Amino acid sequence: MAIDRFTGEHSIAFIRVEQLFDLARRNSLWYMAFGIACCAIEGLMSASGPRFDFDRMGVFFRASPRQADVMIVAGTVNKKMAETVKTLYDQMPEPKWVVAMGACACTGGPFREYPNVVLGVDQIVPVDVYIPGCPPRPESVQYGFMQLQDKIKKQTEDRLAARRDSH
Amino acid sequence: MTDARDIATEAGMLAPEGTHHPGLPPAGIRRAPEGVDGLTTEHLIINMGPQHPSTHGVLRMIVEMDGEEIVSAEASIGYLHRGIEKLAEHRQYNALGTLMDRGDYVSGIHGELASALAVEKLMEIAIPAKADYLRVLLSEINRIASHLVWFGTFGLDTGAMGQFLYAMRDRENLVDILEGITGARMMFNYVRPGGVLADLPAGMAAKILEFCSGFDKYIEEHHDLLGGNEIFQHRVKGIGAIDRDTALAFGLSGANLRGSGVAFDVRRERPYAAYGEMEFDVPVGSTGDSWDRYMVRMEEMRQSNRMIRQCLEGMPEGDFTAKVPRVLRPPEGEVYAAVESSRGETGIHLVSQGGDTPYRFHYKAPSLYALQALEEILPGHLLADVVMIIGSTDIMLGEIDR
Ligand code: SF4
Repeated sequence: MAIDRFTGEHSIAFIRVEQLFDLARRNSLWYMAFGIACCAIEGLMSASGPRFDFDRMGVFFRASPRQADVMIVAGTVNKKMAETVKTLYDQMPEPKWVVAMGACACTGGPFREYPNVVLGVDQIVPVDVYIPGCPPRPESVQYGFMQLQDKIKKQTEDRLAARRDSH
Repeated sequence: MTDARDIATEAGMLAPEGTHHPGLPPAGIRRAPEGVDGLTTEHLIINMGPQHPSTHGVLRMIVEMDGEEIVSAEASIGYLHRGIEKLAEHRQYNALGTLMDRGDYVSGIHGELASALAVEKLMEIAIPAKADYLRVLLSEINRIASHLVWFGTFGLDTGAMGQFLYAMRDRENLVDILEGITGARMMFNYVRPGGVLADLPAGMAAKILEFCSGFDKYIEEHHDLLGGNEIFQHRVKGIGAIDRDTALAFGLSGANLRGSGVAFDVRRERPYAAYGEMEFDVPVGSTGDSWDRYMVRMEEMRQSNRMIRQCLEGMPEGDFTAKVPRVLRPPEGEVYAAVESSRGETGIHLVSQGGDTPYRFHYKAPSLYALQALEEILPGHLLADVVMIIGSTDIMLGEIDR
């Protein structure tokens, strides 16, 4: 039972379980508190601070990869760090998403000439959303998360449509 | 019937009654090396990091524990090594600031200033008075912003959340000011060899003054909220004490050194920019514990606030930058220039062999020295204190690993 948005009366909403789960997932994207470099100040600290307050979108930090849905790779990944990033990604339970935040995580950024730097975190883990900038503003990160929400929504719709077609 | 406690005390495992103060490191807890009644204990190695919510970046601490007590601690660094020093050898002189911004990324202005001062010293460029004032103004604004980040996360390290939100509220106002002046929230590239990028925009002075008067009140609020909390006091008082000699021997600087009672401040000892004309106090602690370092940083914020006002009052008229060629080609030579950054003495050792890129660019990062001292002071503390002591020294992995 739910209040109908248009008539204001009690009504019954029909939703597939899959869609219901995705609705929940979309609106509680908990990210792992794992700041690597400069971008962490903008993408993790300012973001959870009072002005940008990602909490209102259901985006909040968890300290352990086992409880996180999203990994924000906020910073330069070098060869020593790469192994850890991969391990952390493997430790996260499915379904999981990765946001590459900043020029460094996207391509190696201002440090890409240095041989120790991994040229984009997509060489180690699959990336869902790229956020350009050095560092991206917290607003950009917010937009990135909105894109991720859209992506999750679309994935379910695509999956349902594919199933419909096959029947 | 004998009390288990008596057996433990006899075997030397527990300190006698009354010798353990809750706020002091539990020096009384001793393990019997051969064990009691043939039971032996083993040391346990615990690995903290590189992903740990409170190691302030990607630090990995390998601590050897005897029960709850730390026997030895070793820091493993290099998880953020991205070759700032080496890349600088392939950058033109006026692009060095962009790299320094990303070294100590919470107080970018200080890094930029250090590299600009080194280049200016090498080329003997005279700086207009206004540029000097703007440099001091921005340095102090950035110092408060950086200390607020430390303040917020230090509270998180000790288990409090509220002050983080208040600190970020004030920091956002400062970031707005910095953005208004420099155009960027974090990576400013504002201080250039020869002067600064731009003058204060119209109306900015009033905005800064408004912040200053608000901050006078807020800083007391912050201090009441965290420093006035008894739990917090128990967690920091007497913990992580660095005595004067150790601090000097390890070459600490900044608030970590001043907390141990040495009144050394680069702004006072070797004034650069317009610090010679500023009036400010250098706060010092006495015992060098985490509480002293906390108090020193809180007082530094008050002093910075005072200096911001002085800068705005005494701001001279004139140019904000000297005439410098577009491509800087310093003569052969070797200089060292240092500034007092939020974390201590940030220095640049620059070697030029002519040409338009440096031959060697060495970045003296104060956090690296503090990290080395940690290995000395951590043994004897409890595991729960590790995070707190690391937080109290305010190390920044960006400048340690470079
Ligand atoms: S993109 Fe820029 S701000 Fe982000 S980690 Fe890289 S250098 Fe730092």
